[in-house]
Amino acid sequence: MKPQSRAALLFLTPGMALIALFFILPVIAGFFLSLTDFDLYSIGDAANTRFVGAKNYASLLDNPLFWRALTNTLYFSFVGGPLTIAVALAAALLLNAKLARFKALFRTIYFAPVVTTIVGVAIVWKYVYHPRVGLLNRMLDAIGIQGPDWLGDPRWAMPALILLAVWRGFGYATVIFLAGLQNVPEELYEAAKIDGAGEWKQFWHVTLPQLGPTFVFVGIITAIGFLQVFAEPYVMTPDGGPLNATLTIVMLMYREGFRWWNMGYAAAVAFILFAMVLLATLANTLIRRTR
Amino acid sequence: MLFLASCARPQQSTTIEFWGLGREGEVVAELIPQFTKETGIRVDVQQIPWTAAHEKILTAHVGGSLPDALQVGNSWMSELVTIGAIVPLEPTLVPREDYFGGIWDTNVIGGTLYGIPWYVDTRLLFYRTDMIPNPPRTWSEWMAVMEKLRRENPSRDFYPIVMPTNEWPQPVILALQRGAVLVDDDARAHFDDPRFIEGFSFYVDMFRRGYAPAVSNTQVANIYQQFGEGQFAMWITGPWDVGNLRTRLTAEQQKSWSTAPLPAPDGTPYPGVAIAGGSSLVVSKRSEKQEAAKKFIAFLSRPEIQSRFYELTGDLPARKSAWRAIEGDRELAAFGRQLDRTVALPRLPEAENIVNAVAEHGQLTVRGQYTPRQAAQALDKKVDAMLEKRRWVLARSPVPSPHAGGERVRVRGDARREERPLTLALSPHAGRGDCRPEARP
Repeated sequence: MKPQSRAALLFLTPGMALIALFFILPVIAGFFLSLTDFDLYSIGDAANTRFVGAKNYASLLDNPLFWRALTNTLYFSFVGGPLTIAVALAAALLLNAKLARFKALFRTIYFAPVVTTIVGVAIVWKYVYHPRVGLLNRMLDAIGIQGPDWLGDPRWAMPALILLAVWRGFGYATVIFLAGLQNVPEELYEAAKIDGAGEWKQFWHVTLPQLGPTFVFVGIITAIGFLQVFAEPYVMTPDGGPLNATLTIVMLMYREGFRWWNMGYAAAVAFILFAMVLLATLANTLIRRTR
Repeated sequence: MLFLASCARPQQSTTIEFWGLGREGEVVAELIPQFTKETGIRVDVQQIPWTAAHEKILTAHVGGSLPDALQVGNSWMSELVTIGAIVPLEPTLVPREDYFGGIWDTNVIGGTLYGIPWYVDTRLLFYRTDMIPNPPRTWSEWMAVMEKLRRENPSRDFYPIVMPTNEWPQPVILALQRGAVLVDDDARAHFDDPRFIEGFSFYVDMFRRGYAPAVSNTQVANIYQQFGEGQFAMWITGPWDVGNLRTRLTAEQQKSWSTAPLPAPDGTPYPGVAIAGGSSLVVSKRSEKQEAAKKFIAFLSRPEIQSRFYELTGDLPARKSAWRAIEGDRELAAFGRQLDRTVALPRLPEAENIVNAVAEHGQLTVRGQYTPRQAAQALDKKVDAMLEKRRWVLARSPVPSPHAGGERVRVRGDARREERPLTLALSPHAGRGDCRPEARP
């Protein structure tokens, strides 16, 4: 072994050991847990645990609540994710525009929801969504539309949460897009202008391709965040909302694991979520590569 | 003199830890100085919010960090016994005959006492005195009252009764009133059974006939204001809402509401049964100061401390001798009558999951996706699957009967039920953690 490699190994060991101890080991333990029926009876007496193989997974696929949670999570992610990215990109473009004033102020305003605690956010948004006295329905009223009971109606509960999640999450992506935009070389725009490209063509042929790597990063971070959604539905519509309209995969996992203490079953939910996140990440990377 | 002084405080250095839940955890601090003065034992109180309490207690047990003594919802008792978190208590700690039977039973798992009731609650009928001069005493009177109110006021701004569809106590109470067994001693579900279906159908009928709105409690904007304004005439809830109504309604509105025990199915004794709820005090197994913890529990159970606790919190005392202060209170006195007619849910760790499934199927039936019979069959399937593990554990090592006490409780006056054990237990948590409507701004 070369001395450099030995030195590198030495420096890497503490980090690797920590990752192995606090990440890889629990993941392996979690996987074994998902193959057992560990529950309340097991806490009382470990002998009350059975190895059940893939039974947890099989009964999950057989559970209508799981499919409900999966549909809700995908709905939330496929609508909320792209929407967050679109809003974030628009905000970043505005902040990056040469004519923009008070950039620092707006940057702070857009980023503020990201660092605000969700519990405080939930209290304010519950007022916003209140069917009679809420800000949103008051505004709709003013233009002659009768707003729905946002959090109480099974059709509107999820859109309401998506709106909240986009508001809460787009600031983070905005900051990253902004950094990406500032890295686009000015010469490219100048060259495009000389070639006679308008604003739109510059955006399409210069800005977007240059932002490619940023898109992959933002896409992955957003997809992971949205697939793992928990805090928003948990604080806004506890117990899964009207007719389980806002029950998500992580909420199902929490309910099974910490409310009913079916730990083995909850671990199986966690692994299915893990597979979903892995797929979404791979898909994001693949799309980028094929471009 | 010196000698005497040192005798008065023999255990000067003992400090026990106590977890109280919600408001009770806050108020109990005021009672502690007297206890410390009498015994020399100091109590370190930690307040846990109700919404997080259940998870926190179970995780604390797994992590070995439960306090010496704690308050628990009495519906959690069988869970805590199953996981081995709490120790048996001597029945001589307090005089049993001074407690309400249904409530006491929730603390007895497999014939062994594990908790001392601290305060009690149950659900009964809140009604508008201007619309209903005499509260109904039987199911047929109840239906007739709702039919009359509906006929007199067909508007959709008014409903004779409100039963939020995501709350389980209403369908479960009605089924238990009809004598439903829910789960038997062999951990088998008994929903597809005329007794359950009759009670469940009575519940569903109130929605089908338009007497109750099919809404969940998150859709009722301000239940107190609506009740005060007479937008509905009846409501099944617990003692905590007596206080809520008294602080929220105008002086004028205060004159037009009251409480009454629940109506009973025709041909059964009045009042109809309700489920027993409230909180109990328990001692954790890992505690090294169990004797001191028991002394604290005995202290909190004294009638004069119970009365004082009632004054501080408005929680109904578990001891009947502490009820003297309440007898003059018309609305609360009705709870005293109802508490003499309470039954316990099956004392199973899965009980809460099971009753939530009942509410879920109630909601689906109200929305027309099931007939009551189909809902009962679906419940049998679902609950039997939930209890598969328990049956396996039972087969390996006989576990005490879920119908606590070892004694089999039967409901009086129902000949058909004579053969079967009736599960009696009350769950205070029922009204609290899960089903208590959130405080609204």
